[in-house]
Amino acid sequence: MNDSVYDGLSEEHADDARWAYGTGFHDELSGVDRDIPSGVDGADLGLYCQMLGDDALVLAQRLAEWCSRAPELEEDVALANIGLDLLGQARLLLTRAGEVDGTGRSEDDFAYLRPADQFRNLLLVELDCGPGPGGDFAVTMARLLVFSSFRLSLLYRLQSTVDPVIAAVAAKGVKELAYHRDHAAQWVLRLGDGTAESHRRMQAAVDRIWPYLDELYAPHPVVARLIEVDAAVDPADVRAEVEDTLHRVLRAATLSIPSPHRESGELSGRDGRHTPELAEVLGTMQELARSLPGAVW
Amino acid sequence: MSEQEARFLATVQAEQRIEPRDWMPDGYRATLIRQIAQHAHSEIIGMQPEGEWIAKAPSLRRKAILLAKVQDEAGHGLYLYAATETLGVDRAELTEKLISGRQKYSSIFNYPTLSYADVGVIGWLVDGAAICNQVPLCRTSYGPYARAMVRVCKEESFHQRQGYELLMTMMRGTQAQRDMVQDAVNRWWWPSLMMFGPPDSASSNTEQSMVWRIKRHTNDELRQKYVDMSVPQAKALGVTFPDPELRWNDERGQHDFGQPDWDDFWRVVKGGGPCNEQRIAHRKAAHEDGAWVREAAQAYAEKRNRQAGAA
Repeated sequence: MNDSVYDGLSEEHADDARWAYGTGFHDELSGVDRDIPSGVDGADLGLYCQMLGDDALVLAQRLAEWCSRAPELEEDVALANIGLDLLGQARLLLTRAGEVDGTGRSEDDFAYLRPADQFRNLLLVELDCGPGPGGDFAVTMARLLVFSSFRLSLLYRLQSTVDPVIAAVAAKGVKELAYHRDHAAQWVLRLGDGTAESHRRMQAAVDRIWPYLDELYAPHPVVARLIEVDAAVDPADVRAEVEDTLHRVLRAATLSIPSPHRESGELSGRDGRHTPELAEVLGTMQELARSLPGAVW
Repeated sequence: MSEQEARFLATVQAEQRIEPRDWMPDGYRATLIRQIAQHAHSEIIGMQPEGEWIAKAPSLRRKAILLAKVQDEAGHGLYLYAATETLGVDRAELTEKLISGRQKYSSIFNYPTLSYADVGVIGWLVDGAAICNQVPLCRTSYGPYARAMVRVCKEESFHQRQGYELLMTMMRGTQAQRDMVQDAVNRWWWPSLMMFGPPDSASSNTEQSMVWRIKRHTNDELRQKYVDMSVPQAKALGVTFPDPELRWNDERGQHDFGQPDWDDFWRVVKGGGPCNEQRIAHRKAAHEDGAWVREAAQAYAEKRNRQAGAA
């Protein structure tokens, strides 16, 4: 038998070259300056990295819930792909957070050892939007459209932040987010202007998601201090651009535009005041890592 | 034998490819549809046992590796379904046959994944066995299948390497982790041997498939190859296989090994495995829950086409 692929596999394992590919991820930010920029407070910068990183991490976790449950195989592939992009951004940002805040925490320390009230993500990303009784594909796409439109505008501006690591993550991320936004927008159009049932579900989805929009643009003292030193972007500055995109998509999808306000205002994701849905997500995510102290993965 | 059939046999026996528009015997077409569909279904059902662990992966790096792997499986399913479409069937029809139990998938996916070590062992042993089965298919006589398999095998090889690397890492960890790895190996070893199908003496499809150059090696030849490949890997890892008869045979230059429990194999194939019902129910629910989305996409596309036609 001349089947070299598996002949090679039976040899020694110390040599990576015997396998078809390596197993690691190459360092995407090699060569980027990792010093804290002068005039920037490391603790503030660390919290900002957690905000941006947690948004990506929690949404990646939510999107991965669709894996093997999507309406089409193409969608299993697409949602996993979007989840992987966001997970990649989260890993770089959380690593940066531990590097600049003086604690030396790793990406996994942030992901697995913080309780819910130390997560800094927007409420939008923690909501249970399905699959299952918590939502459906329409809610998932409504959230993805909102989130990707917002994050694309944010990352576009963050390419010129004084922090070279965030700038590098942003430069890579804008290409990814442009695809995520396009993918979500196409589905909102298809579902909004598809059948009577899909229109009804898409409108209900938008109605459910829109009240979480105001929070995207809310001011925060940490972000305000970083804006002063050109290390962060004011989310209020992207509002007009994001809403223009969202409204154009909704109108083309024959959907009406709901109010972006929520009645109850005591929750604030950026301050660690979350819905119970975050604790549920984290319970699943952190269970195994916490159950085997000292284990290496 | 008709002239067409003689030409077909001459083509396959000269190691040349049959392409979708070429004449082929009905039995060849039916065998290919059955085999490729079963392979595609296996990729899709195979997303579930490991997919359960994506949400719980114990590090972000492992989460990324596992999510990418399960995504690859969906991709493999897609191009294998595309290969069946060149034979005159469509994906929707095959999906119906899967969820109604009229077509099979690999029985290996009817066993549960009980710990994170299972993710590594599936990569190492299950993907390893799949590679042994599939590498020869890169030279199978039907062109679209052979070409799909080239890409599938490259990615499977990557997955096998990643699974093995996870196990290597766990073996360097705590005693609890080493115990998890050995336990997972004990549970998956016999089912992985069954992946090559029944012994040659009981395999009904092998002979004809070898004449048609769909299959190139018998089940027992491939099983032997897999055992010989896996033994040194287990040694390097520091685990044992649960087979008291497993030993090197100097005369044969191969390992002797015990036979899996074939009664159990047939029981699982016929639906009696621990997870058969769960796997099909999961796939059926995803398919049915997504029906309104597919209908909407179809309706939207038709509206756009009408508008384009009217413009």
